[in-house]
Amino acid sequence: MKIVKEALAGTLESSDLLVKVAPAPGAGLEIVISSEVMQQFGAQIDHVVRDTLNKLEVTAGLVVVEDKGALDCAIRARVQTAVMRGAEAQQINWSALS
Amino acid sequence: MKLRRSMLFLPGANAAMLSTAFVYKPDSIMFDLEDAVSLREKDSARLLVFQALQLPVYREIETVVRINPLNTPFGHADLEAAVRAGVDVVRLPKTDCAEDVELLEREVERIERACGREVGSTRLMAAIESASGVINAVSIAKASPRLIGIALAGFDYVMDMQTERGDGTELFYARCAVLHAARAAKIDAFDVVWSDLNDEAGFLKEVDLIKRLGFNGKSLINPRQIELLHNAYAPTEEEVEYAGRVVAAAAEGERKGLGVVSLNGKMIDGPVIDHARRVLQRAEASGTRK
Repeated sequence: MKIVKEALAGTLESSDLLVKVAPAPGAGLEIVISSEVMQQFGAQIDHVVRDTLNKLEVTAGLVVVEDKGALDCAIRARVQTAVMRGAEAQQINWSALS
Repeated sequence: MKLRRSMLFLPGANAAMLSTAFVYKPDSIMFDLEDAVSLREKDSARLLVFQALQLPVYREIETVVRINPLNTPFGHADLEAAVRAGVDVVRLPKTDCAEDVELLEREVERIERACGREVGSTRLMAAIESASGVINAVSIAKASPRLIGIALAGFDYVMDMQTERGDGTELFYARCAVLHAARAAKIDAFDVVWSDLNDEAGFLKEVDLIKRLGFNGKSLINPRQIELLHNAYAPTEEEVEYAGRVVAAAAEGERKGLGVVSLNGKMIDGPVIDHARRVLQRAEASGTRK
């Protein structure tokens, strides 16, 4: 999936996260994560974000995640929403979202 | 007999509530993709609910998703998300006639086949929210073997009737019609939400009414209402004691091969035994009434 415009998903409420995606000026994928629980769960958050992007076949772009203690399911959903909005996707490939 | 006293509404776009609502232990949790979600967040709520449904904690509680109507731009994608994520029950809003349920059933079956889910494993419920729906309640309730129940939704109904919520008089006919339709179809019946969270006495008065009418339970909009509702539906100690003796007498009669069983000189037949089992089930779920 190709990110063609800036897009946001989620909130900064507790147990949620805000995800911003944008087209990358160069090639490649840049992921920036900040979290209130970075020390304990930073690696897990990073893993979930990368796995979600990988399943959506996102290979280029800037992805900024501001986490407020969200569960993995919310991280997946917010990343998926931001990417689909940023890619202006009209169809949903459900097998890429599970 | 699945106990369905409380069906807790959760806004589908709220990550915190979706992540924690199971701790309140309602009989069913309903993830709402319709009225509780703004138009600009329909896509995010759908994906959030799709992911939340796959949490292991929700395997131990009945899950329901209220989709948007199928004639909106959101309904079909909502249905795909719910069925593919393994939801137990899909709740169809604004059900006016049996054809609405039949269309839903066809779509659910198509998705089940497409994603490899067992055909027939997705159950349905229909919310009746209009005069037409109330008039057609019997045919709606009998429209699909997948239906586990029908619900009356008060807000849209009173708007359609050109009245407003009051002491319950405005819902009298609709409650009776929906309840009779459900009973005729041998499915569950759910009452409207009580929206004034600060009026606990009013809530309990309404619960007492709908329990005596025969509703299985009620849609709820706040976790605070769950314990109140469950307690109101809990039997008294005397009722539990009597129900225990009825079930024991029935078991003894069955062991002896008796066609008719009596307890203290009174005949106990099938409906009495079924009622006694429901009493014991409610007591097991939340004890006796406090």
